[in-house]
Amino acid sequence: METILFLAHTEADGGLAKATLEALEAARALGGVLIAGLVGASVEAAANSIAGCGASKILGVAGEAFGESRYSTDAAAAEAIAQAANATVIVAAHTSRWARALPGVAQRLGAAVDTHVAALSADLKATRWYYRQRIEGVIERAARPRVILLDSGCAPAYAGAPGAAAVELVNVEITPALQRTRVIGKQAPKAEQQTIRPDAAILFVAGAGWTKKQKDGQTHVADAGKLILDFIGSANSSLGSSKSLVDLSGEGQAVLPFLSHLNQVGQTGSTPRHPKGLATCCHGEEPHVVGWRFIKERRAVNLDANCGWARGKADVLYVADAFAVIAKVNELLKAKS
Amino acid sequence: MANSYQVVVCGGIVPDPLQTLEPVAGPAGPALKNEMMLPAVLDPWAGHALYEAAALARKFPGSKVYLVSLAPKAKLQQVMMTIAQRVPLELVALDGPGGGFTDSAETAAALAGAIQGIAGLDRSKLLLFGGWESASRGAGSTMQMVAERLGIVDQFQGVDELQIGEDGSLRILERVEGGQHQVSVCDAPPALLGWATGNLGEPANNAQVGMQNMRTIMPSLQKAKPTQLKSGIAFASVALPKLQRETRIVKDASVDEIAKEIADWAAAE
Repeated sequence: METILFLAHTEADGGLAKATLEALEAARALGGVLIAGLVGASVEAAANSIAGCGASKILGVAGEAFGESRYSTDAAAAEAIAQAANATVIVAAHTSRWARALPGVAQRLGAAVDTHVAALSADLKATRWYYRQRIEGVIERAARPRVILLDSGCAPAYAGAPGAAAVELVNVEITPALQRTRVIGKQAPKAEQQTIRPDAAILFVAGAGWTKKQKDGQTHVADAGKLILDFIGSANSSLGSSKSLVDLSGEGQAVLPFLSHLNQVGQTGSTPRHPKGLATCCHGEEPHVVGWRFIKERRAVNLDANCGWARGKADVLYVADAFAVIAKVNELLKAKS
Repeated sequence: MANSYQVVVCGGIVPDPLQTLEPVAGPAGPALKNEMMLPAVLDPWAGHALYEAAALARKFPGSKVYLVSLAPKAKLQQVMMTIAQRVPLELVALDGPGGGFTDSAETAAALAGAIQGIAGLDRSKLLLFGGWESASRGAGSTMQMVAERLGIVDQFQGVDELQIGEDGSLRILERVEGGQHQVSVCDAPPALLGWATGNLGEPANNAQVGMQNMRTIMPSLQKAKPTQLKSGIAFASVALPKLQRETRIVKDASVDEIAKEIADWAAAE
């Protein structure tokens, strides 16, 4: 029987993120002996929130130094908990914090590591993507211990009732070597407003067509920017863009200045997960499609009925002028709200 | 500001993103159809790391950039014909499998061994660079294991910016959730930076740089150490996703009709 360690770090408010609760539910579904391990400035609130998860014990590493997302302290804490749990399988959410720390922890433990796991079966077969979401593989490993980092959306979030949990604290010595890095804080990218919203229902993808010459032979970049931002606001959506558009802004051209590389979706960008996606003025080949991989309902607006971006990839392709359509959509959405 | 750095960039090669990829069963596990025939490029995020390394080396005289690459030698040579013209570097080549179906732990062991073999490497000046994920395996785990093997515990992933302070400290922006960056300051090297896109464009080709680089690149390729990777991974299946959707083409509707349909769809729960 496997000993499963569910490993989690707390958020700034002391709670657990949705992706973390999804990983917990996936860990519970594996059967075996479940142990929870928590890392944070304080882990009591988080422990209480998962008191009913069925863990045989909850281990914790707590202290101010562990409240920050820092490789050295995160790795030390995770390593200490893993050794205390003596787990054969370690399951965690693929957050930026664990994605940075746990591969190194696996190295220390002599463990195998599988990251970006999209689905995990009860017999520990892991589904993950290769070549930027273009090839899907299902993998098994005999090696133990085995660290598995689960992408969000892999399971429903754990929703058990909170309770009073007892936490066994594991001591980790904070040496000067662990504190050579100081976390200063977080900052939004240089943009007029935050346009990346991972929890939004819709991903709006802006293609390079927005910056091209229109029917009158002129570009209308300012108008395009206003239409796009109005849609992002009125539909409460997240904004993605194709590489070409992001590159144009990177070259200092006065095009859609609110876009940064963080907005980029596709081969060298992100593959965000949203229930719906609306692509506008996008034209492209297969590499662009990876940006859509985890979008469930997909619609596109552009002037080419045979566009490779949309045909066979989108559910609906509207062949129309995106400037006119999005202006009208914005009017209608404002009226609805 | 009298610092100088030894920047070691780990970067593999991947099929050109415009190529169609098809998995096939190979003798040692999954592979890509016609893998050796596919045009290759330097892994995109590793490429950003290399360009950032070169920019840093230009800014701090006396710095040096190494590119450590594990790939089939013939393919690596093709890619280096282009890369060598862009930035001054010293290549450390390993001749072995560079595909996505290998295990990151094995790749990390090979890369770390190669780095440890670089003569005169000074840990107090060492910046280990790489892409935060590859465009092949896409695991985002190799660099952390390389750094662990080298004893580096100041690690950063999804890096978009590095600034060197007057005191030699490293101010680093890392991508975190919600489209934000985490700002951290590390006292000094050694450190690992797994780069995301960064802020630099692709350098223009420079024939003079290319000629200088080729003096060392060709000998490095000739003496590239043959490297075998053992994998503990068993693939139950490897397949292309089902891509095709039944696309409804709407091309004769008015703007008002299309806008109403989109607005209703966008507003629906």
